[in-house]
Amino acid sequence: MNKDLHNYIIQLGDNSLILGHRISEWCGHGPVLEQDIALTNIALDHVGQARMYYQLAATMEPGKTEDDYAYLRTVTEYKNLLLLEQENKDFGYTIARSFYYDQFHLLILRVLKSCGNKDLSEIAAQAYKEVSYHCRFSSDWVKRLGDGTEESHRRIQRALDEFFPYTAEFFAPSEADNYMAGKYGVDLSKLSSQWSVIVENIVREATLTMPTTPYPQLGGKQGRHSEKLGFILTELQYMQRTYPNSTW
Amino acid sequence: MVNQSSIREQLSTEIQDIYNVLDTVLDPEVPVLTVVDLGIIRNVRKENGTIQVDICPTYSGCPALDVIAIDIKFALDQACFTNSKVNYILDQPWTTNWISEDGKRKLKEYGIAPPQGSPDKGQLGEMDKTIICPICDSKNTEMISAFGSTACKSLYRCKDCLEPFDYFKCH
Repeated sequence: MNKDLHNYIIQLGDNSLILGHRISEWCGHGPVLEQDIALTNIALDHVGQARMYYQLAATMEPGKTEDDYAYLRTVTEYKNLLLLEQENKDFGYTIARSFYYDQFHLLILRVLKSCGNKDLSEIAAQAYKEVSYHCRFSSDWVKRLGDGTEESHRRIQRALDEFFPYTAEFFAPSEADNYMAGKYGVDLSKLSSQWSVIVENIVREATLTMPTTPYPQLGGKQGRHSEKLGFILTELQYMQRTYPNSTW
Repeated sequence: MVNQSSIREQLSTEIQDIYNVLDTVLDPEVPVLTVVDLGIIRNVRKENGTIQVDICPTYSGCPALDVIAIDIKFALDQACFTNSKVNYILDQPWTTNWISEDGKRKLKEYGIAPPQGSPDKGQLGEMDKTIICPICDSKNTEMISAFGSTACKSLYRCKDCLEPFDYFKCH
Protein backbone atom coordinates (compact mmCIF):
# COMPACT_ATOMS: atom_id res chain seq x y z
CA MET A 1 0.00 0.00 0.00
CA ASN A 2 1.17 3.51 -0.81
CA LYS A 3 1.14 5.04 2.68
CA ASP A 4 1.40 8.67 1.55
CA LEU A 5 -1.45 8.40 -0.92
CA HIS A 6 -3.54 6.56 1.65
CA ASN A 7 -2.85 9.22 4.27
CA TYR A 8 -3.78 11.91 1.79
CA ILE A 9 -7.13 10.29 1.03
CA ILE A 10 -7.79 9.92 4.77
CA GLN A 11 -6.92 13.61 5.27
CA LEU A 12 -9.56 14.56 2.70
CA GLY A 13 -12.10 12.15 4.17
CA ASP A 14 -11.51 13.35 7.73
CA ASN A 15 -11.94 16.99 6.71
CA SER A 16 -15.29 16.16 5.14
CA LEU A 17 -16.51 13.95 7.98
CA ILE A 18 -15.59 16.27 10.84
CA LEU A 19 -16.95 19.42 9.22
CA GLY A 20 -20.04 17.51 8.09
CA HIS A 21 -20.59 16.29 11.64
CA ARG A 22 -20.14 19.77 13.10
CA ILE A 23 -22.58 21.33 10.64
CA SER A 24 -25.07 18.51 11.25
CA GLU A 25 -25.22 19.63 14.90
CA TRP A 26 -27.34 22.51 13.60
CA CYS A 27 -30.09 20.14 12.50
CA GLY A 28 -33.23 21.31 14.27
CA HIS A 29 -31.45 24.36 15.73
CA GLY A 30 -31.03 26.63 12.68
CA PRO A 31 -31.86 30.34 13.12
CA VAL A 32 -34.71 30.01 10.62
CA LEU A 33 -36.17 26.96 8.88
CA GLU A 34 -34.60 27.69 5.47
CA GLN A 35 -31.10 28.00 6.92
CA ASP A 36 -31.60 24.92 9.08
CA ILE A 37 -32.42 22.99 5.89
CA ALA A 38 -29.50 24.57 4.02
CA LEU A 39 -27.01 23.63 6.74
CA THR A 40 -28.35 20.08 6.90
CA ASN A 41 -28.07 19.72 3.12
CA ILE A 42 -24.49 20.97 3.24
CA ALA A 43 -23.66 18.56 6.09
CA LEU A 44 -25.06 15.74 3.95
CA ASP A 45 -22.79 16.71 1.06
CA HIS A 46 -19.75 16.60 3.35
CA VAL A 47 -20.63 13.24 4.88
CA GLY A 48 -21.34 11.82 1.43
CA GLN A 49 -17.93 13.03 0.23
CA ALA A 50 -16.28 11.51 3.31
CA ARG A 51 -17.83 8.16 2.44
CA MET A 52 -16.40 8.28 -1.08
CA TYR A 53 -12.89 9.00 0.25
CA TYR A 54 -13.11 6.29 2.92
CA GLN A 55 -14.43 3.77 0.40
CA LEU A 56 -11.48 4.57 -1.83
CA ALA A 57 -9.03 4.28 1.09
CA ALA A 58 -10.58 0.92 2.02
CA THR A 59 -9.78 -0.47 -1.44
CA MET A 60 -6.09 0.12 -0.65
CA GLU A 61 -6.11 -1.59 2.74
CA PRO A 62 -7.31 -5.21 2.72
CA GLY A 63 -9.98 -6.04 5.28
CA LYS A 64 -11.01 -2.43 5.92
CA THR A 65 -14.36 -0.81 5.21
CA GLU A 66 -15.42 2.84 5.23
CA ASP A 67 -16.93 2.30 8.70
CA ASP A 68 -13.56 1.31 10.19
CA TYR A 69 -12.17 4.74 9.36
CA ALA A 70 -15.16 6.66 10.70
CA TYR A 71 -16.02 4.62 13.77
CA LEU A 72 -12.92 2.83 14.97
CA ARG A 73 -10.08 5.32 14.90
CA THR A 74 -8.93 7.34 17.88
CA VAL A 75 -8.38 11.10 18.06
CA THR A 76 -4.68 10.91 17.19
CA GLU A 77 -5.41 8.87 14.06
CA TYR A 78 -7.66 11.59 12.64
CA LYS A 79 -5.96 13.95 10.19
CA ASN A 80 -8.54 16.70 9.74
CA LEU A 81 -7.66 20.39 9.82
CA LEU A 82 -7.95 21.93 13.28
CA LEU A 83 -10.32 24.60 12.00
CA LEU A 84 -12.99 22.05 11.14
CA GLU A 85 -13.30 20.59 14.64
CA GLN A 86 -13.90 24.03 16.20
CA GLU A 87 -17.27 24.40 17.84
CA ASN A 88 -20.29 25.95 16.13
CA LYS A 89 -20.77 28.52 18.90
CA ASP A 90 -23.16 30.82 17.04
CA PHE A 91 -24.28 31.20 13.42
CA GLY A 92 -21.47 33.72 12.79
CA TYR A 93 -18.73 31.31 13.88
CA THR A 94 -20.30 28.53 11.83
CA ILE A 95 -20.37 30.74 8.75
CA ALA A 96 -16.81 32.01 9.29
CA ARG A 97 -15.44 28.46 9.63
CA SER A 98 -17.23 27.30 6.48
CA PHE A 99 -16.32 30.44 4.55
CA TYR A 100 -12.56 30.02 5.10
CA TYR A 101 -12.68 26.31 4.38
CA ASP A 102 -15.14 26.34 1.43
CA GLN A 103 -12.92 28.73 -0.52
CA PHE A 104 -9.88 26.54 0.13
CA HIS A 105 -11.86 23.36 -0.57
CA LEU A 106 -12.98 24.63 -3.98
CA LEU A 107 -9.39 25.51 -4.93
CA ILE A 108 -8.00 22.12 -3.92
CA LEU A 109 -10.82 20.24 -5.68
CA ARG A 110 -10.19 22.23 -8.85
CA VAL A 111 -6.60 20.97 -8.85
CA LEU A 112 -7.56 17.43 -7.84
CA LYS A 113 -10.19 17.00 -10.51
CA SER A 114 -7.59 17.35 -13.22
CA CYS A 115 -4.75 15.58 -11.38
CA GLY A 116 -3.29 12.32 -12.68
CA ASN A 117 -4.88 10.10 -10.04
CA LYS A 118 -8.07 8.84 -11.69
CA ASP A 119 -9.86 7.74 -8.50
CA LEU A 120 -9.28 11.06 -6.74
CA SER A 121 -10.12 13.12 -9.80
CA GLU A 122 -13.49 11.35 -10.15
CA ILE A 123 -14.45 12.12 -6.54
CA ALA A 124 -13.17 15.68 -6.86
CA ALA A 125 -15.22 16.31 -10.01
CA GLN A 126 -18.36 15.20 -8.20
CA ALA A 127 -17.55 17.16 -5.03
CA TYR A 128 -16.58 20.31 -6.94
CA LYS A 129 -20.15 20.87 -8.07
CA GLU A 130 -21.47 20.60 -4.53
CA VAL A 131 -18.78 22.80 -3.04
CA SER A 132 -19.57 25.53 -5.60
CA TYR A 133 -22.92 25.87 -3.83
CA HIS A 134 -21.25 25.77 -0.39
CA CYS A 135 -19.01 28.69 -1.39
CA ARG A 136 -21.98 30.64 -2.58
CA PHE A 137 -23.84 30.00 0.68
CA SER A 138 -21.04 30.88 3.10
CA SER A 139 -19.72 33.92 1.23
CA ASP A 140 -23.26 35.33 0.82
CA TRP A 141 -23.74 35.02 4.56
CA VAL A 142 -20.40 36.68 5.34
CA LYS A 143 -21.61 39.64 3.28
CA ARG A 144 -25.10 39.70 4.80
CA LEU A 145 -23.79 39.52 8.35
CA GLY A 146 -20.95 41.96 7.74
CA ASP A 147 -23.17 44.44 5.95
CA GLY A 148 -26.14 43.77 8.25
CA THR A 149 -26.73 45.16 11.73
CA GLU A 150 -24.13 46.46 14.13
CA GLU A 151 -24.58 43.27 16.14
CA SER A 152 -24.17 40.88 13.18
CA HIS A 153 -21.16 42.87 11.93
CA ARG A 154 -19.47 42.68 15.32
CA ARG A 155 -20.11 38.95 15.68
CA ILE A 156 -18.98 37.83 12.21
CA GLN A 157 -15.85 39.97 12.58
CA ARG A 158 -15.11 38.34 15.94
CA ALA A 159 -15.56 34.87 14.40
CA LEU A 160 -13.35 35.67 11.41
CA ASP A 161 -10.65 37.01 13.76
CA GLU A 162 -10.78 34.03 16.08
CA PHE A 163 -10.68 31.37 13.35
CA PHE A 164 -8.13 33.05 11.12
CA PRO A 165 -5.02 31.53 12.83
CA TYR A 166 -6.30 28.07 11.85
CA THR A 167 -6.28 28.88 8.14
CA ALA A 168 -2.47 28.70 8.09
CA GLU A 169 -2.82 24.93 8.31
CA PHE A 170 -4.50 24.81 4.87
CA PHE A 171 -1.15 25.64 3.30
CA ALA A 172 1.27 23.94 5.75
CA PRO A 173 2.10 20.70 3.94
CA SER A 174 2.08 17.30 5.63
CA GLU A 175 4.19 14.44 4.26
CA ALA A 176 1.14 13.30 2.34
CA ASP A 177 0.69 16.79 0.87
CA ASN A 178 4.34 16.81 -0.20
CA TYR A 179 3.87 13.45 -1.88
CA MET A 180 0.82 14.75 -3.78
CA ALA A 181 2.72 17.86 -4.85
CA GLY A 182 5.63 15.83 -6.16
CA LYS A 183 3.68 13.05 -7.80
CA TYR A 184 0.49 14.77 -8.99
CA GLY A 185 1.28 18.48 -8.90
CA VAL A 186 -1.22 19.21 -6.11
CA ASP A 187 0.89 22.06 -4.79
CA LEU A 188 -0.53 23.89 -1.76
CA SER A 189 1.97 26.75 -1.97
CA LYS A 190 0.45 27.80 -5.29
CA LEU A 191 -3.03 28.03 -3.77
CA SER A 192 -2.17 30.26 -0.83
CA SER A 193 -2.13 33.58 -2.66
CA GLN A 194 -5.22 32.68 -4.72
CA TRP A 195 -7.11 31.92 -1.52
CA SER A 196 -6.01 35.20 0.11
CA VAL A 197 -7.20 37.28 -2.84
CA ILE A 198 -10.62 35.59 -2.99
CA VAL A 199 -11.19 35.75 0.76
CA GLU A 200 -9.97 39.33 1.12
CA ASN A 201 -12.24 40.55 -1.66
CA ILE A 202 -15.31 39.05 -0.04
CA VAL A 203 -14.33 40.30 3.43
CA ARG A 204 -13.86 43.81 2.04
CA GLU A 205 -17.19 43.66 0.21
CA ALA A 206 -18.79 42.64 3.51
CA THR A 207 -17.41 45.89 5.06
CA LEU A 208 -15.27 43.73 7.37
CA THR A 209 -11.56 43.81 8.16
CA MET A 210 -9.20 41.06 7.09
CA PRO A 211 -7.59 39.57 10.21
CA THR A 212 -3.86 39.16 10.59
CA THR A 213 -2.11 36.92 13.04
CA PRO A 214 1.46 35.95 13.75
CA TYR A 215 0.47 32.69 15.52
CA PRO A 216 -0.58 29.94 13.13
CA GLN A 217 -2.36 26.95 14.68
CA LEU A 218 -1.01 23.70 13.21
CA GLY A 219 -1.03 19.97 13.95
CA GLY A 220 -4.35 18.47 12.83
CA LYS A 221 -2.84 16.75 9.78
CA GLN A 222 -0.33 15.09 12.13
CA GLY A 223 -3.02 13.96 14.58
CA ARG A 224 -2.39 16.64 17.22
CA HIS A 225 -5.91 17.78 17.93
CA SER A 226 -7.74 19.97 20.40
CA GLU A 227 -9.89 18.30 23.05
CA LYS A 228 -12.89 19.26 20.93
CA LEU A 229 -12.32 16.38 18.49
CA GLY A 230 -12.63 13.92 21.37
CA PHE A 231 -16.15 15.14 22.08
CA ILE A 232 -17.10 14.80 18.42
CA LEU A 233 -15.82 11.22 18.24
CA THR A 234 -17.52 10.31 21.51
CA GLU A 235 -20.85 11.13 19.93
CA LEU A 236 -20.01 9.93 16.43
CA GLN A 237 -18.63 6.56 17.55
CA TYR A 238 -20.93 5.86 20.49
CA MET A 239 -22.94 3.07 18.88
CA GLN A 240 -19.96 1.19 17.45
CA ARG A 241 -17.98 1.48 20.67
CA THR A 242 -20.89 0.42 22.85
CA TYR A 243 -22.23 -2.33 20.59
CA PRO A 244 -19.20 -3.47 18.56
CA ASN A 245 -19.98 -4.67 15.02
CA SER A 246 -23.62 -3.61 15.25
CA THR A 247 -25.23 -2.94 11.87
CA TRP A 248 -28.45 -1.32 10.73
CA MET B 1 -23.73 -23.16 -33.24
CA VAL B 2 -25.38 -19.78 -32.86
CA ASN B 3 -23.69 -17.07 -34.86
CA GLN B 4 -22.33 -13.94 -33.17
CA SER B 5 -24.77 -11.46 -34.64
CA SER B 6 -27.83 -13.34 -33.43
CA ILE B 7 -26.31 -13.44 -29.92
CA ARG B 8 -25.90 -9.68 -30.08
CA GLU B 9 -29.47 -9.24 -31.25
CA GLN B 10 -30.71 -11.46 -28.47
CA LEU B 11 -28.63 -9.56 -25.95
CA SER B 12 -29.72 -6.17 -27.10
CA THR B 13 -33.40 -7.17 -26.91
CA GLU B 14 -32.79 -8.37 -23.39
CA ILE B 15 -30.98 -5.16 -22.47
CA GLN B 16 -33.87 -3.23 -23.98
CA ASP B 17 -36.27 -5.22 -21.79
CA ILE B 18 -34.15 -4.37 -18.76
CA TYR B 19 -34.26 -0.69 -19.66
CA ASN B 20 -38.05 -0.95 -19.86
CA VAL B 21 -38.06 -2.36 -16.32
CA LEU B 22 -35.71 0.40 -15.11
CA ASP B 23 -38.08 2.94 -16.62
CA THR B 24 -40.64 1.88 -14.01
CA VAL B 25 -38.33 2.55 -11.04
CA LEU B 26 -39.10 5.96 -9.54
CA ASP B 27 -36.78 8.32 -7.73
CA PRO B 28 -38.07 8.13 -4.14
CA GLU B 29 -37.53 11.85 -3.57
CA VAL B 30 -39.05 13.02 -6.85
CA PRO B 31 -41.56 10.23 -7.44
CA VAL B 32 -42.59 11.32 -10.93
CA LEU B 33 -39.14 10.78 -12.45
CA THR B 34 -37.91 7.32 -13.30
CA VAL B 35 -34.24 6.54 -12.83
CA VAL B 36 -33.98 6.55 -16.63
CA ASP B 37 -35.54 10.06 -16.85
CA LEU B 38 -33.12 11.23 -14.19
CA GLY B 39 -30.15 10.06 -16.26
CA ILE B 40 -28.43 8.12 -13.49
CA ILE B 41 -28.36 4.80 -15.39
CA ARG B 42 -24.88 4.83 -16.90
CA ASN B 43 -24.62 1.33 -18.30
CA VAL B 44 -26.52 -1.96 -18.47
CA ARG B 45 -24.73 -5.11 -19.56
CA LYS B 46 -24.70 -8.86 -19.04
CA GLU B 47 -21.51 -10.44 -17.73
CA ASN B 48 -21.29 -14.20 -17.13
CA GLY B 49 -25.05 -14.42 -16.71
CA THR B 50 -25.24 -11.49 -14.27
CA ILE B 51 -26.98 -8.26 -15.23
CA GLN B 52 -24.74 -5.36 -14.24
CA VAL B 53 -26.45 -2.00 -13.80
CA ASP B 54 -24.13 0.98 -13.29
CA ILE B 55 -25.70 3.99 -11.59
CA CYS B 56 -24.17 7.29 -10.55
CA PRO B 57 -25.13 9.48 -7.58
CA THR B 58 -26.73 12.86 -8.22
CA TYR B 59 -25.15 14.29 -5.05
CA SER B 60 -22.44 12.60 -2.95
CA GLY B 61 -24.62 12.52 0.12
CA CYS B 62 -27.90 11.69 -1.61
CA PRO B 63 -29.67 9.41 0.88
CA ALA B 64 -31.92 8.10 -1.89
CA LEU B 65 -29.10 6.30 -3.68
CA ASP B 66 -29.15 3.13 -1.58
CA VAL B 67 -32.95 3.02 -1.78
CA ILE B 68 -32.75 3.38 -5.55
CA ALA B 69 -30.30 0.47 -5.76
CA ILE B 70 -32.67 -1.71 -3.70
CA ASP B 71 -35.66 -0.62 -5.80
CA ILE B 72 -33.81 -1.47 -9.02
CA LYS B 73 -32.93 -4.95 -7.79
CA PHE B 74 -36.49 -5.50 -6.61
CA ALA B 75 -38.00 -4.39 -9.94
CA LEU B 76 -35.62 -6.63 -11.88
CA ASP B 77 -36.42 -9.57 -9.59
CA GLN B 78 -40.14 -9.02 -10.16
CA ALA B 79 -39.55 -9.04 -13.91
CA CYS B 80 -37.68 -12.37 -13.55
CA PHE B 81 -34.21 -10.87 -14.03
CA THR B 82 -33.17 -12.45 -10.76
CA ASN B 83 -29.42 -12.36 -11.21
CA SER B 84 -28.53 -8.68 -11.12
CA LYS B 85 -26.04 -6.39 -9.46
CA VAL B 86 -26.14 -2.61 -9.06
CA ASN B 87 -22.79 -0.81 -9.12
CA TYR B 88 -22.04 2.77 -8.13
CA ILE B 89 -19.77 4.67 -10.49
CA LEU B 90 -18.53 8.26 -10.43
CA ASP B 91 -17.08 8.79 -13.87
CA GLN B 92 -18.48 11.06 -15.31
CA PRO B 93 -20.15 13.08 -12.57
CA TRP B 94 -23.91 13.33 -13.00
CA THR B 95 -25.27 16.56 -14.43
CA THR B 96 -28.78 17.93 -14.78
CA ASN B 97 -28.11 17.99 -18.53
CA TRP B 98 -28.79 14.24 -18.42
CA ILE B 99 -32.40 14.65 -17.28
CA SER B 100 -34.50 13.69 -20.30
CA GLU B 101 -36.87 16.15 -21.99
CA ASP B 102 -39.68 13.88 -20.88
CA GLY B 103 -38.30 14.08 -17.35
CA LYS B 104 -38.24 17.89 -17.44
CA ARG B 105 -41.86 17.94 -18.58
CA LYS B 106 -42.86 15.57 -15.76
CA LEU B 107 -41.01 17.75 -13.22
CA LYS B 108 -42.93 20.86 -14.32
CA GLU B 109 -46.28 19.02 -14.21
CA TYR B 110 -45.40 17.88 -10.69
CA GLY B 111 -44.82 21.51 -9.65
CA ILE B 112 -41.01 21.48 -9.64
CA ALA B 113 -39.33 23.98 -11.95
CA PRO B 114 -36.92 21.97 -14.15
CA PRO B 115 -33.25 23.02 -14.30
CA GLN B 116 -32.83 26.09 -16.49
CA GLY B 117 -29.60 26.80 -18.29
CA SER B 118 -26.54 24.65 -18.19
CA PRO B 119 -24.30 23.74 -15.24
CA ASP B 120 -21.25 24.65 -17.29
CA LYS B 121 -18.45 26.76 -15.95
CA GLY B 122 -19.67 30.03 -14.54
CA GLN B 123 -23.27 28.93 -13.99
CA LEU B 124 -22.63 26.41 -11.24
CA GLY B 125 -23.65 27.82 -7.90
CA GLU B 126 -25.25 30.70 -9.75
CA MET B 127 -28.73 31.51 -8.47
CA ASP B 128 -29.37 34.94 -9.98
CA LYS B 129 -30.95 33.90 -13.24
CA THR B 130 -34.69 34.07 -13.74
CA ILE B 131 -36.52 30.91 -12.79
CA ILE B 132 -39.93 30.41 -14.38
CA CYS B 133 -42.79 29.48 -12.04
CA PRO B 134 -43.93 25.93 -12.88
CA ILE B 135 -47.52 26.77 -11.93
CA CYS B 136 -48.31 30.03 -13.74
CA ASP B 137 -45.22 30.41 -15.99
CA SER B 138 -44.44 33.82 -14.54
CA LYS B 139 -40.86 35.08 -14.60
CA ASN B 140 -41.56 37.25 -11.57
CA THR B 141 -40.07 34.87 -8.99
CA GLU B 142 -37.57 35.09 -6.15
CA MET B 143 -35.32 32.62 -4.37
CA ILE B 144 -36.16 31.92 -0.74
CA SER B 145 -33.29 29.52 -0.11
CA ALA B 146 -30.57 27.98 -2.25
CA PHE B 147 -31.12 24.70 -0.43
CA GLY B 148 -34.57 23.12 -0.52
CA SER B 149 -36.24 20.00 0.78
CA THR B 150 -33.60 17.79 -0.84
CA ALA B 151 -30.01 18.39 -1.93
CA CYS B 152 -30.98 18.74 -5.59
CA LYS B 153 -33.57 21.50 -5.09
CA SER B 154 -33.78 25.19 -4.18
CA LEU B 155 -36.81 26.93 -2.74
CA TYR B 156 -38.47 29.73 -4.72
CA ARG B 157 -41.61 31.85 -4.52
CA CYS B 158 -43.71 33.21 -7.34
CA LYS B 159 -44.56 36.87 -6.84
CA ASP B 160 -47.54 36.65 -9.24
CA CYS B 161 -49.42 33.52 -8.17
CA LEU B 162 -47.83 33.74 -4.68
CA GLU B 163 -47.14 30.00 -4.58
CA PRO B 164 -43.85 28.70 -3.22
CA PHE B 165 -42.20 26.07 -5.43
CA ASP B 166 -39.14 23.85 -5.69
CA TYR B 167 -36.53 24.45 -8.37
CA PHE B 168 -34.39 21.52 -9.51
CA LYS B 169 -31.08 23.38 -9.54
CA CYS B 170 -28.42 23.11 -12.21
CA HIS B 171 -25.76 20.64 -11.26
